Amino acid sequence: MAMTESPYLPTPQFARWRKVKSSAVTGVLVVCAFAVIAPLFLVLYFLLSKGFSSLDWNFFTQLPKPTGEVGGGMANAIVGTMVLLAMATVFGVPFGIFGGIYLAEYGSDRANNWIRFAADVLNGVPSIVWGMVVYLILVVPFKGFSAYAGGVALGLMMVPLVMRTTEEVLILVPQSYREAALALGVARWKMIVVIVVRTALKGIATGVIVALARIAGETAPLLFTALGNTFWSHNLKEPISALPLQIFAYGLSPYDDWHRQAWAGALVLMALIIVLNVTVRILSRDRSQTD
Amino acid sequence: MSSAPTTTYVMPAPGSRGPDIAFKWVAVFAAAMIVVLIVLVGWELYSGSRLAIAKYGPGFLWSSEWDPVLEKFGALPFIFGTLVSSLISLLIAVPLGVATALFLTELAPLKVRQPIIIAIEMLAAVPSVIFGLWGVFILIPWLRDSLFLWLKKSLGFLPLFQGPIYGVSMLAAGIIIAIMILPIVTSISREILRSVPNLQREAAYALGATRWEVLKIAVLSYARRGLFGAAVLGLGRALGETMAVTMVIGNRPQISASLFAPGYTLASVVANEFTEATTDLYLSALFEIGLVLFAVAILVNAAAQVMLKSMTGSGPIKVN
Repeated sequence: MAMTESPYLPTPQFARWRKVKSSAVTGVLVVCAFAVIAPLFLVLYFLLSKGFSSLDWNFFTQLPKPTGEVGGGMANAIVGTMVLLAMATVFGVPFGIFGGIYLAEYGSDRANNWIRFAADVLNGVPSIVWGMVVYLILVVPFKGFSAYAGGVALGLMMVPLVMRTTEEVLILVPQSYREAALALGVARWKMIVVIVVRTALKGIATGVIVALARIAGETAPLLFTALGNTFWSHNLKEPISALPLQIFAYGLSPYDDWHRQAWAGALVLMALIIVLNVTVRILSRDRSQTD
Repeated sequence: MSSAPTTTYVMPAPGSRGPDIAFKWVAVFAAAMIVVLIVLVGWELYSGSRLAIAKYGPGFLWSSEWDPVLEKFGALPFIFGTLVSSLISLLIAVPLGVATALFLTELAPLKVRQPIIIAIEMLAAVPSVIFGLWGVFILIPWLRDSLFLWLKKSLGFLPLFQGPIYGVSMLAAGIIIAIMILPIVTSISREILRSVPNLQREAAYALGATRWEVLKIAVLSYARRGLFGAAVLGLGRALGETMAVTMVIGNRPQISASLFAPGYTLASVVANEFTEATTDLYLSALFEIGLVLFAVAILVNAAAQVMLKSMTGSGPIKVN
């Protein structure tokens, strides 16, 4: 390095080098951003190209064929997924909403911090752990895998999610609404139900759908609770099939026809999740406009 | 009206407090359930694994034998597999995620930013089992026939890239997990970068810094702790990934230096063997694996929350 080199008087070469380096990094960042979203398009592309051609009427109306036989469909798994999602909503959402009401309307700062912390930590519990725990709580005592157990496992996963979103939207309800209601002599619980929850209902519903979209594709919690089967379930005390379970089983099977159906199932599941997500977008766009 | 006082202005009778109190306790119960759930999950897993804990003691964690037929159970291969696959995924996902977050917060015009954010949210919505299916039929054949061969040829002198190539492998699992945790790492990093005050950037620009220097000096160094929190949160998710990993890792309880070799993780051994566990001891060993997974996940997630809270709460440097 020359004697003109000093930390305070950069050479022109150094100035140019700094600029080159800066634009190079900018380029790298752009490439990274596109690399991150590339897998989405690769997954969607193969889902469409492999799944769409496998979709036919039978897929939606027929039961799976016995091992190795060509044909059949996943009608029972599609219905099973719907049943499980409905049960998860019934089991999980009330706890989530009441928990959110506690956080927004009753809790002290100290208690709230702990509960929020617990909810966020619970959100990170691996989904397979829920399956194991529900197996111990519901499958072992009642001596059998059941749709109930699957619904409870998914419902438990919904609780922290619904709770946090409910709290967030309840806090947005103006304080003056509450004061006005209380000033009219309305009981506190009535004020919460009729004024606060009612005002935030759309936001709460959005939160529930977000949670449903998150659990709709869950497989691990169902493996040892709902178990899955290849026929119609007429009793919630018996095992029930679900799309993710069927995709998993068929995807790892050695039969080409089952692979084909696994792709079709994956496409249907993805479509369901996209519909849920689009619903959320539409609902939350309306909300931000009316607020 | 004006002369006779009516009872309409009188406070409600005390009896009507009943529903109010009941409603409050329902809310308290629901909120308390969250905390109770953590304890309950831990307790249930512990009670499920009591048999294995009594038989093997702490040695369970560092014994590397897993032979259900001889009833020899050790968790080391699964702990190893979980750590290695998560580590690979972090090595890929953290730089990519932070770079993408930098691009989104610092560079991208609004028109580009919004579609990318939506695409990342969509990526987060893809279920694990679909990534697994895609991994088995699309990613693995490609890795086996091109990337792995290239790695073996160019970096084959490292023990990491030696040995036979099957396709299903630790490296494939790491790559799949990386794709799956990228959305959360990116979006948390974005939140963190957005919380960096603009004054930081303006000050650096005013000193004549180039764009990269601004990012390095003013943005990244300021956000370092929060970005670390984002990485730890990503680790928490990576540890528990089950379905996609089960489908691509090869499910063999072994400890191998080669990343091309099949492996096994805590979550995937439970997913695969739970319904096949024929003896009480076998089942109990799987519960102990679940307990280890749960404990690690809770610790990692709690640490991440604490780190992120301290970052977004109040920044380390208050300029104003």
